[in-house]
Amino acid sequence: MSEAPAPGIAAEPQPPVAGERPPARSVMRQITESSALLIALAIIASLILSGVLILIADPEFRAALPYFFSRPGDTFAAIGDALGSAYSAIWQGAVYNGGASTFAQKIAPFMQTLTAATPLIFAGLGIGIGFRAGLFNIGAQGQILMGATLGAMVGFMWHLPFPLHLIVAVVGCALGGAIWGFIPGILKAKTGAHEVIVTIMLNYVALNLVSYLLTLEAFQRPGSDNPQSPVMDSTAMYPKLFGDQYALNLSFVLALVAAVFAWWLMERSTLGFQFRAVGANPAAARTAGMRVSRVTILVMVVAGAMSGLAASAQVLGTQPSLTVGIAGSIGFDAITVALLGMSRPFGIVLAAILFGGLKAAGPTLQVNAGLPIDIVLVIQSLIVLFIAAPPLIRFLFRLPAPRVVKEVAA
Amino acid sequence: MKLELRGITKRFGDFTANDSIDLLIEPGAVHALLGENGAGKSTLMNVLFGLYDPDGGEILIDDKPVDFNGPGDAMAAGIAMVHQHFMLVHPFTVAENVMLGHEQINGPFRLLNIDAAREKVREISARFGFNIDPDAVIEDLPVGAQQRVEIIKALSQRAEVLILDEPTAVLTPQETDELLEIVRQLRDSGTAVVLITHKLREVKAIADTITVIRRGKVVGTAEPTASQEELASLMVGRAVIMKVDKRPATPADVMLTVEGLTVVDDRGIKHLDDVSFEVRAGEILAIAGVQGNGQTELTEALLGATKPAAGKATLDGKKITGLSISEVLESGLGFVPEDRTEDGLISTFTIYNNLILDVYDKAPYSKAGALKPAAIQENAQRAVEQFDIRTPSASMTAGSLSGGNQQKVVLARELSRPLKLLIASNPTRGLDVGSIEFVHKRIIQERDAGAAVLIVSAELDEVVALADRIAVMYHGQIVGIVPPDTNRDTLGLMMAGAHKMEDAA
Repeated sequence: MSEAPAPGIAAEPQPPVAGERPPARSVMRQITESSALLIALAIIASLILSGVLILIADPEFRAALPYFFSRPGDTFAAIGDALGSAYSAIWQGAVYNGGASTFAQKIAPFMQTLTAATPLIFAGLGIGIGFRAGLFNIGAQGQILMGATLGAMVGFMWHLPFPLHLIVAVVGCALGGAIWGFIPGILKAKTGAHEVIVTIMLNYVALNLVSYLLTLEAFQRPGSDNPQSPVMDSTAMYPKLFGDQYALNLSFVLALVAAVFAWWLMERSTLGFQFRAVGANPAAARTAGMRVSRVTILVMVVAGAMSGLAASAQVLGTQPSLTVGIAGSIGFDAITVALLGMSRPFGIVLAAILFGGLKAAGPTLQVNAGLPIDIVLVIQSLIVLFIAAPPLIRFLFRLPAPRVVKEVAA
Repeated sequence: MKLELRGITKRFGDFTANDSIDLLIEPGAVHALLGENGAGKSTLMNVLFGLYDPDGGEILIDDKPVDFNGPGDAMAAGIAMVHQHFMLVHPFTVAENVMLGHEQINGPFRLLNIDAAREKVREISARFGFNIDPDAVIEDLPVGAQQRVEIIKALSQRAEVLILDEPTAVLTPQETDELLEIVRQLRDSGTAVVLITHKLREVKAIADTITVIRRGKVVGTAEPTASQEELASLMVGRAVIMKVDKRPATPADVMLTVEGLTVVDDRGIKHLDDVSFEVRAGEILAIAGVQGNGQTELTEALLGATKPAAGKATLDGKKITGLSISEVLESGLGFVPEDRTEDGLISTFTIYNNLILDVYDKAPYSKAGALKPAAIQENAQRAVEQFDIRTPSASMTAGSLSGGNQQKVVLARELSRPLKLLIASNPTRGLDVGSIEFVHKRIIQERDAGAAVLIVSAELDEVVALADRIAVMYHGQIVGIVPPDTNRDTLGLMMAGAHKMEDAA
């Protein structure tokens, strides 16, 4: 297949070359390089499909369905009620609570959304940088745990004056995460160990390491039998942005700064140029004189440090004590956030706010709409599923198929 | 069997790859389909094979319209294709490959009837004098023999129309002659042969009918008696100078010295065996040889991508073996890799970023770790102009360019800094005649500017056209270094491993 398209004309699809399998990375490409349209449609599709699930779970709808043909109005009323209360609960829980008395209380849900989004922004940025450098970092969870551990140690073991203590603790968090990113990075660079396997395993190592540390006397909270560390010194905590009425703190601002930094790093720095080049075509990057193994290590260190900063939003912000649950599911949600945000900083911030909103809406959904909190997880999972299966979205929304040539079997 | 394509039209978006093409393929004749890369030859064949649905036109067999939904239908109708890249299962034997997809099954235990396949291979092999052992494993066979297995595969399915897509791209001159002889035999036995190629020499040697395609249209038919110049200008659409225009070299001091260079891979296989040569400033040394005889390993060792097991190379007195790739590049090496899409370019990157791929960290493109977008854009503007890169904008991705323009991007980048040595591997592979002229001109300009030039090419025409001296490689060794006016047959024999002819040197 030696034909190349005429000058200035978009490449005509080429039949696959014999004897070559499609590169292993193409699957990852597909999920990391989806278009904005596809992602928007995936979100819509998942909201619609969750709507169907909400209906199935709704007793009134199920009661009205059997006599749909005699009294369809009942069924539609039940549909309206169930979906209306679910979607309005999400709105009230995540964005704006019109029922509250003061303006400050009305916007409290949105403040909660931003708070929940903060660690997702950090960790999502780290994972997004990894994606663009061709690395599938599943280890944000472990990196958050190690970042939290080191940051917490600084936070409750050392006693320093305010801004200094916070700075050192934040650096500790970043360092802990960076170390946990460095390990899979150097293993991949030096031995070729696949980062997916290594980072998954290191997640378990980190989790068990934290639970072991919490059995030690040095990590024991005085007067408590629970596996939790002492509370951080107040000098090591992020100051709240708008006083005690909201949990939102300085880490959110830092997350936005990190997003701007990530943009600069990837788009404007020579280091990011190398990251992108290695991610897009390691062979060409190597031929151009870039050191692929060094880039691999650096990317993992940066990604780890970002996850470590996510830990700081937890341990120096909303949950000022080290526990085994300190990372929640942030490390995994952040993978979805990075996918949704197309690995671009601005997109990641938006995606993190969307996920922060879903998280913030969880309790309201349960209380106001009587829905299990798991529905949020279902929505999140459906989004991932739809993004990972572009043909499904194309089928649902009748989008034209991409120009792919049938396999040559001659 | 008479095969006819009538008014075949295939569009991709706004781009018409085939514009109402008519083609008549008759039994017992060799029909050459001549055209530049990108002219639409492969698209046409993919339409014929049912891989693309045409937007217009029809396919007729013996005047009856047919509709193919895939290669299976085409093969059932007696049409077979030997692809440029063979479709063989490497760990399988010849017989296994031949029966693949048409396995016969015997007895109550449904065992494979490998003997029938063996017999078929022997029979066809004997008929055409192929000398292929049905039990040989494909990966042990030389490329020429693998191609014959593909032909056996096609014939075993009683193909009446055999399409050969760029069949000589991977062959030595001798193997090419053998192939042409096979094609003659096939023709004489009544098979219709379609030869897709851009090599004029072969077309003239064997074709009965020549159809020339340019930009998706049939621009004419020619007789095999037409001169190469006539065919080339028909193909390109303007007069073409077939000979590279260059002055005699004025070699100066030795620039590159390679001494006893030996490369051994992880499995202990020697790919480069005690190779020594010199290239002087202002001369072009071209390395001829069939692909896979150590050329790739030689260029990679010089670039610093592989560490040699023994020997060394010095560039302008400075040892470059043992240095990192970026250090070697900084020492004054310009490197045009063999596979531009894999090693030379990042197809998802913009043209302007590809133009700084190995100088992104130098002034003026960056300062203190920050890229300078304005300087990068400016550089791209200059390169697009100087190298005539045909693109609406330097912000397009490199992947959107045609092969020729991609190669211009690589050349523009590598020639943008002062070079002591230019290494270019297959610099015109897959390029159209116009781009080939351009690339050759720039390479000679670089020589005349005082750089040493090392060309590696599997195309003997290119080697002969560019070289001031020719080094022939075989099995990781330099068989001999000869002047460029050496007889082609001599070169061919050397490429096939015959001992170097001392008197030729």
